[in-house]
Amino acid sequence: MDSNPKGNIIEEVTNKDYEFGFVTDIETEFIPKGLNEDIVRLISKKKGEPEWLLEFRLKAYRHWLTLKQPDWAHLDIPHIDYQDIIYYAAPKKRKELQSLDEVDPELLDTFNKLGISLDEQKRLSGVAVDAVMDSTSVKTTFQDTLTKYGIIFMSFNEAVKQHPELVKKYLGTVVPHTDNFFAALNSAVFSDGSFCYIPKGVRCPIELSTYFRINAANTGQFERTLIVADEGAYVSYMEGCTAPQRDENQLHAAIVEIIAETDAEVKYSTVQNWYPGDKDGKGGIFNFVTKRGICRGDRSKISWTQVETGSAITWKYPSCILKGDNSIGEFYSVAVTNNHQQADTGTKMIHIGKNSRSTIISKGISAGYSQNSYRGLVRIAPDATNCRNFSQCDSLLLGDKCGAHTFPYVQCGNDSSILEHEATTSKISEDQLFYCNQRGIGREKAIGLIVNGYAKDVLNKLPMEFAVEAQKLLSITLEGSVG
Amino acid sequence: MDNTDNIPETLKRRILDYGDELLKRKAGEDTAKVTTLRNEALEHFSQNGFPTRKMERWRNSKIIDNLSESYQLYEEQPSHDRKDFCCVIQDFDTEVITMYNGRLADDNILRTLDNGIIIGSSRAAMIQHPDLFDKYFGSCRTDEDNGFYDINTALWQDGFFIFVPANVTAEKPVQIIKLIDNVNNPLIQTRNLIILEENSNLCIVDCDDTMSNNASLVNSFTETVIGENAHLETYKLQNLNNETVFINSNTTKQLKDSSLMSCIISFNGGMIRNNVHVDLDGQGADTQVYGLYLMDKKQHIDNQIRVNHNVSDCNSNERFKGILDDEATAVFNGHVYVAPDAQHTNAYQNNSNIILTSSAKVNTMPFLEIYADDVKCSHGSTIGQLDEEAMFYMRQRGISKANARMLLMYAFAAEISNNIKIDKLQERIDDMIKRRLKGELSSCDTCVFHCNTPKEYNFEIDLSKI
Repeated sequence: MDSNPKGNIIEEVTNKDYEFGFVTDIETEFIPKGLNEDIVRLISKKKGEPEWLLEFRLKAYRHWLTLKQPDWAHLDIPHIDYQDIIYYAAPKKRKELQSLDEVDPELLDTFNKLGISLDEQKRLSGVAVDAVMDSTSVKTTFQDTLTKYGIIFMSFNEAVKQHPELVKKYLGTVVPHTDNFFAALNSAVFSDGSFCYIPKGVRCPIELSTYFRINAANTGQFERTLIVADEGAYVSYMEGCTAPQRDENQLHAAIVEIIAETDAEVKYSTVQNWYPGDKDGKGGIFNFVTKRGICRGDRSKISWTQVETGSAITWKYPSCILKGDNSIGEFYSVAVTNNHQQADTGTKMIHIGKNSRSTIISKGISAGYSQNSYRGLVRIAPDATNCRNFSQCDSLLLGDKCGAHTFPYVQCGNDSSILEHEATTSKISEDQLFYCNQRGIGREKAIGLIVNGYAKDVLNKLPMEFAVEAQKLLSITLEGSVG
Repeated sequence: MDNTDNIPETLKRRILDYGDELLKRKAGEDTAKVTTLRNEALEHFSQNGFPTRKMERWRNSKIIDNLSESYQLYEEQPSHDRKDFCCVIQDFDTEVITMYNGRLADDNILRTLDNGIIIGSSRAAMIQHPDLFDKYFGSCRTDEDNGFYDINTALWQDGFFIFVPANVTAEKPVQIIKLIDNVNNPLIQTRNLIILEENSNLCIVDCDDTMSNNASLVNSFTETVIGENAHLETYKLQNLNNETVFINSNTTKQLKDSSLMSCIISFNGGMIRNNVHVDLDGQGADTQVYGLYLMDKKQHIDNQIRVNHNVSDCNSNERFKGILDDEATAVFNGHVYVAPDAQHTNAYQNNSNIILTSSAKVNTMPFLEIYADDVKCSHGSTIGQLDEEAMFYMRQRGISKANARMLLMYAFAAEISNNIKIDKLQERIDDMIKRRLKGELSSCDTCVFHCNTPKEYNFEIDLSKI
């Protein structure tokens, strides 16, 4: 152990390459840099959108002009020049794709490298994937199976064309364009994303998944995901993301909206692995995402599970509005920051319905020079009687230069609800390490073991396909960060 | 809406005008440091004004919306009756300082005790001991832009001053009885300074009471410097009328191996804001901050507790508990900051609330901001009700519902009062808690503490039935 001093090990890890940092040489179509009404119109035109959607975008853009970038988070965000970003980039398409064979082989190769099977042959994986590269959805798999159940799962753009009534009905109902700075920006320039509708009483037989990839330089990615689970429906949805290694920062401002009607259940899992920047904090993705679900009907349930390991800066609060009586909101999160990464993440649980319940389990792990904050709100409306909330936010510090912060807001407006919040911050206990060492487990391995055990509560909630990936990711991100 | 927006504006203008006038008038009397700080504070206040609800630490505060236009910035001391200061806890031997509307009301406004302890008026201390005063005045940090600090620094005229020289242990606790006569809607600024030199010990009992039912704004600011290996205990008892806005700011600097035990008990008060700011600047410092609030009607309490662990090897412990009845609202914001390299820090924060009615509200924000890794920090907060099972257990044994409720509430509150180290004081405070829970304490206007009622309050429980 002594021959391997702390500094060296950390260096070793921080030098570890970001696995997905490659760039695909693919023909990409850009629009000019900058943002103005013409750009918004241009994006809308490129997408062949109906008039109402253009109006929605323009309204959002005009509202965005009146806002300023939020500065309340515990983050040090470098100046972002919103006129220096390309708001639309797409792999060039010559004609409408009919089959997988027509997809650009380079592109297929990219997703294969990422381990995403776009190939419908690989049925074993049993996951329907919507792959989004830069700004456009590339390919959605398993269409036939899904159609059989009446499940609509397609790119946002297609959904606008094929199911305009559904999109119109739900778009912006959970995250209105006025919600916040980044939501307004997204509403104005969003390029594509996934749309998912599970009809009444259908239990989606396979996991749905979206894979996001930023490829082109100087672009921002603004996708929008809209998931609607109608009465009694169930769906488990997964989201993954990677980006190439670049020196400049790239902006990712997405919106995810989830609507759960009566008795519906939506499980949303994310493994976020955007490029975090190099060991000196150069480059990396700014991940400013608005995610919110509404339990609109009684007995509905929304569950967020996230594993956050990437991004230079994360600003993300997946939230639940528990409007229906007896509805349930859950939030399970592991956020890992290393090097110069910054994360301000957490959740909001807004209890409006009676007897609604929420659980928050947040595990923060900070290493290197990173700053990791949990920020959460639990609000019980005066009429939301008999509500129950339990929050637990633990932070683990690996290294003496990093920071771990907890900013919970707990607001209770009636006398029949019970709210509990607890948080601890500590480093890995010497006792635990000693115990492992004593039994012949090396320091490195012991830390891996303890961290994995620490994050287990959350990892257990992930769908199996993701859990394996997340566990691997966790060990890559942290390996060697001996505290 | 427009109306409420304008009150701070009008009040601000009046305060600024008054401040300018005061500066001219006090020019000869103030020390150089005091004058400089007054000028700076006035300038800062003219730029920033009162805090607004857009500020993170004021967003849940009701104070800003409830300032009144009618506060009087006056200097004349209304006459008072010595009898009013009867508020001495039974058989409790203390050195007493009395204050009336923010001014010292004792005959001897600054006295030096046998062991060298100086107690009395801060204004008199500034005049009589300028070097000592200047050394400590304005030396404690505050980390927040808070207009009320500025107003106090700019406009203060008096307050209490306590100086304990090195190696002295105060034999008796110092008790400060502060009465507010609200008849003229006064705006009262008190500026207090507590200095403990190395290896000294002191206990302070600080009582705030009001005498009538009019509105007033009391803006009290206490600076405390605790020297190396010095130990301070302070007990604050707040019992004010429902119209009073009471801003109680305390900023404390602790040096090596010093300790602070602070216990704030808020029995009554229209709007109370307790700003407690502790800087742990020396290794081995220990701080315990306890709070208990028992609020009803439309009362509002806001506890803002900031503990900065600036160096390694310090301990801090915050425990705040509250019971809210009727339409009372409570805000708790604890903030523990652990500086980079402040290793071996232990910090604990807890806020528990019991809500008795559906219209009472609680906002609690226990924050941790940690930049060092070898630390043990935790916080917890709960909001809930009286335990149904415990109630059932007692009811089943023949204890009336009212008594069972009282017992449970009392047990909840006693967890804070148990930390009081002076037995006599603890007895009295426990008694006052019982009375308050029974609703007796607020009904009495003049001598609120029932200090002259020797009979202790007891639960009416028929033991033979248990």
